[in-house]
Amino acid sequence: MRARGLLRVPAKYHIHIEPAPPRVRPVGKLGIVEWREDCSSCHNCVKRSCVYGFYSDESERLRNENGYLDYIYQCKGCLTCIQNCTKNILTRVVNPEFKRLGNDYFVADMILSTWYQAETGKIPVSGAGYGGPFSGPGFDSMWTDMSEIVRPTRDGIHGREYISTSVDIGRKLPHLEFADGELLSAPPPLLETPIPIVFDVLPEHFNRGPVPRWIVEAALEIGAISVVRESDLDRLSGIDLSNIAPLLNAPNSIENSAIDEAPMVYLPDGPDVLQEVSALKRSVPERIVCVRVPVTAEIVERTRLLAGEGVEVINIAFDAGGREADAVKPRHMRDIVPEVHRALTKDGIRDELTLMSSGGVVMAEHVAKAVICGVDLVAVDLPLVVALECRLCGECEHGEPCQIALEEADGDYAVRRIVNLMGAWHNQLLEMMGAMGIREARRLRGETGRCMFFKDLEESTFGRLFGKRKVAEGAGP
Amino acid sequence: MTTMHRSDAPGTLQSAEDFAASPCFAEVSREVRHAPPRFRNEIGKYAVTRADNCSKCGLCAEICQHGVHVRQESYFRMIPPFEYRCIGPDCADTEFYCVDACPSGAISILENPIFETLGNYRWTADLMVSTWEMAETGRPPRPHLESEIGASGGGFDRLRFHFLEAPPADLRREDISTELVLNRSGDGRREAKIDVPWYGGGMSFGSTNIRVLLAKVRAAKAWNSFSCTGEGGYPERFIPYADNMITQVATGLFGVREDTIKRAPIVEFKYAQGAKPGLGGHLLGDKNTAAVAALREAVQGTSLFSPFPFHSVYSVEDHRKHLDWIAHVNPTALLSAKVSTPTDVDMVAVGAYYAGAHIVHLDGSYGGTGAAPNVAKKNIAMPIEYAINQVHQFLVDEGIRDKVTVIASGGLRTPSDIAKAIALGADGIVTGTAELVAVGCVHCGGCESGRGCPRGITTTDAELLELVTTEWCTQRIVNLYNAWREMLVDILYRLGLDSVMALRGRTDLLYHLDYEDGTNTSEVQE
Repeated sequence: MRARGLLRVPAKYHIHIEPAPPRVRPVGKLGIVEWREDCSSCHNCVKRSCVYGFYSDESERLRNENGYLDYIYQCKGCLTCIQNCTKNILTRVVNPEFKRLGNDYFVADMILSTWYQAETGKIPVSGAGYGGPFSGPGFDSMWTDMSEIVRPTRDGIHGREYISTSVDIGRKLPHLEFADGELLSAPPPLLETPIPIVFDVLPEHFNRGPVPRWIVEAALEIGAISVVRESDLDRLSGIDLSNIAPLLNAPNSIENSAIDEAPMVYLPDGPDVLQEVSALKRSVPERIVCVRVPVTAEIVERTRLLAGEGVEVINIAFDAGGREADAVKPRHMRDIVPEVHRALTKDGIRDELTLMSSGGVVMAEHVAKAVICGVDLVAVDLPLVVALECRLCGECEHGEPCQIALEEADGDYAVRRIVNLMGAWHNQLLEMMGAMGIREARRLRGETGRCMFFKDLEESTFGRLFGKRKVAEGAGP
Repeated sequence: MTTMHRSDAPGTLQSAEDFAASPCFAEVSREVRHAPPRFRNEIGKYAVTRADNCSKCGLCAEICQHGVHVRQESYFRMIPPFEYRCIGPDCADTEFYCVDACPSGAISILENPIFETLGNYRWTADLMVSTWEMAETGRPPRPHLESEIGASGGGFDRLRFHFLEAPPADLRREDISTELVLNRSGDGRREAKIDVPWYGGGMSFGSTNIRVLLAKVRAAKAWNSFSCTGEGGYPERFIPYADNMITQVATGLFGVREDTIKRAPIVEFKYAQGAKPGLGGHLLGDKNTAAVAALREAVQGTSLFSPFPFHSVYSVEDHRKHLDWIAHVNPTALLSAKVSTPTDVDMVAVGAYYAGAHIVHLDGSYGGTGAAPNVAKKNIAMPIEYAINQVHQFLVDEGIRDKVTVIASGGLRTPSDIAKAIALGADGIVTGTAELVAVGCVHCGGCESGRGCPRGITTTDAELLELVTTEWCTQRIVNLYNAWREMLVDILYRLGLDSVMALRGRTDLLYHLDYEDGTNTSEVQE
């Protein structure tokens, strides 16, 4: 209830979440099995011990086609039934199916966490401290800073409701020019996105049936931009395309009115890309053109060149693991993005263009960390399909049928899951930014002062005490 | 050897009424007494199986030195093996190895399959099981368990001590002091000397079973140390232990009243916490029962998210008005400022000192027991290993190191961690998770929602509360403290030091396996 006459607070960006239960039986991490014989049928485990009651309606589950193995993923691993078993014949095991989830970068625990967020829209919360490695490769060797005292003052944070995650996409003028009091400069077109996340195109093998359509619809619901292959435009008939950014093979490679009306288009980098950008700008000047550059050893020079030539948005594209291509020891975006950011800053043009990354962002914390490293926003791909219960089993890549028949899913379910995931990510961004005392995502960009790197902390603490470090950073446990 | 109550034995002196009627309950002792596991099948490193062809000759029971095989007097059949007591293959070199001795070849020993699923990088299965063993026996764990370091791959887990080849001949273990004076300011307030260089961390009424909270403060009383209320208020059942209970003032200000400040020997301002640096306390609605809500003056069933930060603090200088406020309300209490570990933690520590804090409590990012967003636990603020030395060195450079007590917490699991933290520059430490492991926590992480802990530790559910008794929990923690003290004394002895205070800041006694000055190169892994 707000009394009349008080100040009205403008509407806050909010992602509406709603539970979206899984379609297929999820894979749990832990399960209980009998590993020794001699059950005495005392039913201690079934009737008495399980605090969560997973065993108690076993007969019900037996009758229910979908239910018999439910406890395998619902088990919370509290060990109570094992420790109360009269004959001590039970043990806890890691579900072998769990071990097969994901890959080296998008590991099984992250898949489970993504599913949870896509189902509930909530931030994963747990007790009992952090149980992971001390540090690790890539983003795992960064800690965001916080201060209980100093930071809040600096940015005037007094609550998450005042934090903005909006960022701009497009070119900005270094300054305005006036003559005789008249403004001479015409500001270039600028897009504002409420979260520093763009939905990227999925790898070709995931791009089946209605999948691109769901992603566009989810992006529309939360006001984000969704990148769409030009070849997929035909599959999007009947839906609002005001938030799409077509990925073109070349300017005017196909005729489609959606391309002319789109607020932004993507072009792959190539020898003639500058001419192609000019052609696109000539045809629709208010449309923003983004050049997508695969990250190789030349990325810094290439980005500087494109930026110097006036390209509005540059998307530096990493592989799915956030690494550069064509390198013997590929570096992670944590190392490359700051180099690009610093080079552009040194050239004095960093603020004039938008720098975006794609690939390698699979958790909410990666968004914040990539932005701290120096991009304005990130493109996200695999988490969108993992939200739809994909296990990254890789079968589809080999032309095999999908284990979970992804393309048969219901559209509402799919949009809900993606929106929920973004809702959870948005809230985690707010938590991290709140702790950092950062009120705006725009100000988080390149703000390495609100971050601590493993290398620096080691040097300034253990390096001071023990000399030179001889084990590679991020070697892990 | 007195056996403690099992959880299914009728508990005594549990209700508030019982408690008020029996002041003698407040009497506790640091005597080690056997506190057996509360479950039928305690988890150990090995699984021992006696097959059907067992002839029941009883030889295994006769030779076993660890109490694995037991035949009760006048019984023909053996009782199932207490396999958690087995030391596994280490035993094979002795003449007491049941597997070899069994005339029927009926006994087999395997690594317990649960082990692979237990614990995590920081709290490994070995550390958990060794903590359970300490809580049961009150003695250092046996060598088949790795009871000193975890597998996180950094920080404490890669630090080692340069032990002396032979400790000085005139140094005796029984003369080594583990005492710590908390007030070093010389301002005439209480000295607050504790017998061990640690005290118990704050866990709120609402987050944790009142019986566990009582056990924590009872163990603190037994060991002349402290426990802390956390931010959930001050239940009346704590009053008999007021001399050992720190009152915490956190941003939610739950239960902060003149009387709870006045009765406290130490008042702790929680500016931040390691479990969720930069965020306020979280108590999810399911655990907010009528009793919890009454104490917090909140509405039952609502989730309670404490604000962050204190809305009356705009800079580190503002600590002064907080601490002045408490100093005037309670003229004898010590003042503690609990902060987390931002990049400028050294400045924060100095600020807290000049604001009048006797204790600067640094809570590192990886620890904590409370419910916290996973994203915060992993990513926000720095691990405590870095912060301790940064603060210590800064205070030394400022010339005020001996005027203030630095307490470290956040992921310290063992006496070895405690000694390393002190060698890095802390005076003492705060423990939380280890106490919960001692009373049976298995790190399932299900503490925060629904009915809370399925093992009755961090819960407010009327039924789950009954899973533990105060006496049993007290004895487990008392035992843990005793084992820890023995192990800490052993470390000091091997370093040739006669007191724990002499260890502070002795980084020269440490080396790091990942650094070139690390002398023990054989352990280095790429």
